[in-house]
Amino acid sequence: MAKIKASYKVPILTGEIKIPKVVPGASAYEKMYPGIKEDMLAIGFPASLEDGWETKAVGIFKQLLTHNKALKTYMDICVRCGACTDKCQFFLGTADSNNMPVGRAELMRRVYRYYFTPAGSLFKGLADAEPFSEKMIKKWFTYYYQCSECRRCSYFCPYGIDTAVITMAAREIMDGIGIGQKYATEIIHKVFKIGNNLGIPPAALRNTLDDLEEEINEATGKDIKIPMDVEGAEVLLVPPSADFFAMPHMESLIGYAKVFYKAGISWTVSSYASEAGNFGMFIGSYKNTKEINKRIWDEARRLKVKRVVVGECGHAWRALYNFSNTMNGPFDFLDGKYKQPTHICDFTLGLIKDGVIKMDPSANDDKIVTFHDSCNVARASRMGDTKDGQLTIPRELIKACANHFFELRDGANKAQTYCCGAGGGILTDEVMNVRIAGSMPKMQVIKEVMDNKGVNFLALICAICKTQFTNMYPLYGFDKEMVGGVHQLVSSAIIL
Amino acid sequence: MASFEFDGKVIETDDEGYLQNLDNWNKEMAVYIAKKEGIELTAKHWELIDWIRDYFSKFQVAPAIKSLIKEVQKLENIEDKKEANKFIYELFPDGPAKQLAMIAGLPKPTGCV
Repeated sequence: MAKIKASYKVPILTGEIKIPKVVPGASAYEKMYPGIKEDMLAIGFPASLEDGWETKAVGIFKQLLTHNKALKTYMDICVRCGACTDKCQFFLGTADSNNMPVGRAELMRRVYRYYFTPAGSLFKGLADAEPFSEKMIKKWFTYYYQCSECRRCSYFCPYGIDTAVITMAAREIMDGIGIGQKYATEIIHKVFKIGNNLGIPPAALRNTLDDLEEEINEATGKDIKIPMDVEGAEVLLVPPSADFFAMPHMESLIGYAKVFYKAGISWTVSSYASEAGNFGMFIGSYKNTKEINKRIWDEARRLKVKRVVVGECGHAWRALYNFSNTMNGPFDFLDGKYKQPTHICDFTLGLIKDGVIKMDPSANDDKIVTFHDSCNVARASRMGDTKDGQLTIPRELIKACANHFFELRDGANKAQTYCCGAGGGILTDEVMNVRIAGSMPKMQVIKEVMDNKGVNFLALICAICKTQFTNMYPLYGFDKEMVGGVHQLVSSAIIL
Repeated sequence: MASFEFDGKVIETDDEGYLQNLDNWNKEMAVYIAKKEGIELTAKHWELIDWIRDYFSKFQVAPAIKSLIKEVQKLENIEDKKEANKFIYELFPDGPAKQLAMIAGLPKPTGCV
């Protein structure tokens, strides 16, 4: 690993985001590890490229175009206006024109025109059309895994083209012909086999929770529990499994536990549905997304809970909030009084507003806080009962827990947030230079508030963002302790 | 898939250098992998390697970071958690989840970590 580090290309932070001069193919050699046989087969894909793959790829493409009208529309309506070109953090960081959203999408549109438009099939090169080839698939594998599906480009597209849909379709076609990515496919396999992305079996999970309970008890003197597999609890809490394993994630889990304790609401985590994350969505696989999603609602039914609360995980919130009802609903077996599911930030803020729990924000007076909006929450979903609740609720909660809060620059956060640089299934070490490049725009605006406002704490509500920034901060010369969850602030501020 | 030669045998690893067959691991190999990582193993390193391997054989997964910190506090008599965490990173600069696991012959943790 030390060797890899020498090759890390870390930009110098100036606080400015400059649009780079295009360097064609600048990141052509940044590649994911391929999916391994047993994972690919286990989640329903061929292990590797087989004879006749071109025909198969055209077949999957055709099926996607038929079932997903949005994809068909997005293939046809781009007028190449260029509004998206400088909006992607991966283009800004790598300067590779294939990382301009329109450039990345063009890799698919060329193939689309060849097979599915009259002009393309007749005039080929003249119509910018070309067939599937190993060379093209290699390009797809490179660049569709340098997209974090954050949808920042879509926000600026005058036609509303959702480029993440294109990336997901490309990944689905590749998986279908045996070209998979190790990171996501291994994780999905683990969810089906063990129950979570990390592969933590029930006994290990209980052991971890015991250690955490002991730590909380030592720190607070209170008998605060983290119950597991308790039938009849009111709430099933589903966090990302990183909350059971890594730092700073575990501090947020402690925060959730304190909230439930103080509010006197019975709750449980599940050893079966021990993962909120859903990497099926990242690879555009409807079947896998649905199956992973189903585990949570099956468990809610089995444990006879009244409601499901989701922990700090960005894409999980999208997968659960946006898709659950059509994929695995209805949820008439749960209590209709509550939003199903409820985001943990909404849950905690609601309890504060109702006076059930109280915060002492001076407990966080050593912190000058800013908040990074996670793409899948800010741009792809909602929260609570009011417009833009996904933006206002986490902020209101932070302000209830901390006296010093400053926003990041306009245009780089909220609905226009830059991605942390590792969402969408690319939080893996072999593409560290892509992650570093992708983190650059957000790091620039964070650097700005560090310099101008003295910000020393980055509050987050996503496990991927937490890990990515914890990895990035030291590379840019900052202490990784300056990164943490919103419920880490709750944990310090709550009056027990 | 990758591999390295050790003791006259070809040892298969995954693309990142984690052992394909965990049974291939032995103490001499740990010394060798650590050296490749730029680490000379001391008795302090071995305490953690032995403990994490023991944990893995019991639970089929590496321990959470807080459980490891707790163990280090006990082993080294360190009261402060942050100090214990620092101690771990001094021994394994790239972090326990990835580097300690690799040297101890365990799989790489997957997920959002």
